[in-house]
Amino acid sequence: MSERETMEYDVVVVGAGPAGLSFAIRLKQLQPETSVCVIEKASTIGAQILSGAVIEPQPLDALLPGWRDNPPPICVPAGEDEFWLLNKTGGRKMMVPPGMRNHGNFIVSLGAMCAWLAPQAEALGVDVFPGFAAADTVYNEDGSVAGVRIGDMGVAKDGTHKPGYTEGIDIKAKVTVLAEGARGSLTKQLIKRFKLDADCDPQGYSIGIKELWQLPAGRVTPGKIVHSFGWPADSHTYGGSFLYHLDKDRVALGYVSGLDYTDPEYQPWEAFQQWKNHPMMKPLLEGGSILSAGARAIVTGGWQSLPKCEMPGALLIGDTAGLLNVPKVKGTHQAIRSGMLAAEHLAANSLNAAGFDARLRNSDAMAELKKVRNIKPAFKKGLWFGMLNAAWETVTGGRSPWTLKNKPDWSSLHKLGEYEAPKRDYVQRELPPRDRLAGVYFAATEHDEDQPIHLHVADTDICATRCVEEYDNPCTRFCPANVYEMVADTSATHGKRLQVNAANCVHCKTCDIKDPYEIITWVTPEGGSGPNYQNL
Amino acid sequence: MKILVGYKRVVDYNVRIQVKPDGTGVVTDGVKLSANPFDDIALEEALRLREKGVAEEVIVVGIGPADLTAHLRNGLAMGANRAIHVVTAEAMQPLTAARTFQKLIEKEQPGLVILGKQAIDDDANQTGQMLAALWDRPQATFASKVEIADGKATVTREVDAGLETIEVELPAVITSDLRLNEPRFIKLPDIMKAKSKPIDVIEFASLGIDSGDHLKTTHYAAPPKRSKGVMVKDAAELVAALKQKGLL
Repeated sequence: MSERETMEYDVVVVGAGPAGLSFAIRLKQLQPETSVCVIEKASTIGAQILSGAVIEPQPLDALLPGWRDNPPPICVPAGEDEFWLLNKTGGRKMMVPPGMRNHGNFIVSLGAMCAWLAPQAEALGVDVFPGFAAADTVYNEDGSVAGVRIGDMGVAKDGTHKPGYTEGIDIKAKVTVLAEGARGSLTKQLIKRFKLDADCDPQGYSIGIKELWQLPAGRVTPGKIVHSFGWPADSHTYGGSFLYHLDKDRVALGYVSGLDYTDPEYQPWEAFQQWKNHPMMKPLLEGGSILSAGARAIVTGGWQSLPKCEMPGALLIGDTAGLLNVPKVKGTHQAIRSGMLAAEHLAANSLNAAGFDARLRNSDAMAELKKVRNIKPAFKKGLWFGMLNAAWETVTGGRSPWTLKNKPDWSSLHKLGEYEAPKRDYVQRELPPRDRLAGVYFAATEHDEDQPIHLHVADTDICATRCVEEYDNPCTRFCPANVYEMVADTSATHGKRLQVNAANCVHCKTCDIKDPYEIITWVTPEGGSGPNYQNL
Repeated sequence: MKILVGYKRVVDYNVRIQVKPDGTGVVTDGVKLSANPFDDIALEEALRLREKGVAEEVIVVGIGPADLTAHLRNGLAMGANRAIHVVTAEAMQPLTAARTFQKLIEKEQPGLVILGKQAIDDDANQTGQMLAALWDRPQATFASKVEIADGKATVTREVDAGLETIEVELPAVITSDLRLNEPRFIKLPDIMKAKSKPIDVIEFASLGIDSGDHLKTTHYAAPPKRSKGVMVKDAAELVAALKQKGLL
């Protein structure tokens, strides 16, 4: 076999999200002569970015001082904030928690914002390569990270090479910056290899499912921000909604479910659809149409779950590190901040990753996370305890002498018959989409069917035997894109076997996080595959 | 021999097309744009002919606004030797596009022009045919196989009744059908090489072409929504329902 082709850069960044692009821009501002490339698995920049998103503008002001004169395509100044506790038929307007007051912030489409950041990085000399997935990490002889390996293109489902087969190249760099977003597939390997999580709690996640709607004229109040909790979640499931009024009669809406939920029968996608049919939501949406839709895991472990963010030859920034602020429901400002911090660190230390972790831990980004570290974990004890605790932690500014622990999300499910299933007080749904398959159509997700399945299930026997008995195959419910199906198979113990419809995958990573046996591994498919979100 | 290839940028085939609320067009803001798939096939065929030694130079041609450069770089990264960018902010109808190609042909004197059989935005399927007429050269449309020898192209065409093989004298216009080939993947190092390949920029206005845009679009509309279906219990009920609608 011929030698694999190699390209060399001073720095390779994995992922063209807000963290990766901010990092690249900042490094080029500080050291224009440093060569930097950013690789991105989506076919175009922003196509696999999904966020609310209300952002705090201060880090952007620091990165691109003139940005307000040339704002991203969707950028609506935050207006009135509302915070609601819902029940099935109505709700109560609550005081807006301090962390969720958005005066001075902006509602953006984070996808569109990344597509706006990328050319600014390119103008500074950064090479941005969409459509190329970093399938693996490569190492130096001394064990340090040497760069990444791009996935091969043109491999058939059975592993043979199709006529257009193109071997992926290696990109070697003095330092590799992982900016993959929540639950990055390379980050996961690196955390294990370098034991980066030896001194922290397990990471925690939520799943956010989002739609962008076009509404009949006159219903939208641009800038209005509405958050809710309560129905349709039961009091032991962490769940809440967001509704952001954009311009041009559009609204962004979504529902977030904590992946520490315990009921294996719970369906995050169904909870989202239920909330849309709440009497306060339905009249707003009726008669409108869906423009785009998708889902993405959100990192929620916070301060106590932050792994060590450096290793020889590489560092972690943004959500793949785990810097999102849960009570604020925001991570973009933290992503930009950590990207800039990493750039400043590398510029000052001849591209040496060592020392970045300490620098990050002494930064504003970490101080912000420390203050709110106890808020999310307390909701494990129920909604009311969580609320009271949140009030306490807010009043004291997080100075409690204790730190609540996080547990891994895969371990939180109750076994069938060993718990009392919560009563789901659901309504008859009328708004589209009818089901997950109808919903995934709006994600415009595309995978060449003739490629290896990118969702590796290590032991499908478990699915057909133990999992049927213990959890009733929760993968068929937690996946927002209906990737996992149990289909009839008379030869199987319980008459069914797992079928993985990988082409539907929207790259949210929930299966990699929530599967109770830790047997599902999400790996990158062929570059350019996956959802093609518009303005999410 | 030089080969001229049409390389149009269109809304990507994976994108769900949305009509603007005011009906003046389709939404292209924040929408992924990429090469017309038939043009990718046309370019691939040209590159293969060059690799076989039949041609020496492959030139990709784009007609469109200033930001078309990035799109043309993709064509260069795939392997074209150089690009021509005819700059215009206006969308172009087939006759004007054909006249533009005719002007470029006068200048470049190619031995072969390969275009996609149609673009997936307007699905017009006209530019290749019109160009052949204007140029007064043979055309071989809907090609699924191309062989070139002794100044002639032997082209298998996908026609309604099956496959038709014709022979045309070069220079000629060939338009590509879906089965002609499978375009190659772009390699990262080739994207870097493409950055230094030349792109000739020509203002459309400087070509002195009479506009052939004789069609006027009145408005755009989404197809009507399908109404809800009805579940029937059995065949008898189905027959009754169909009879009631006067369909049986």
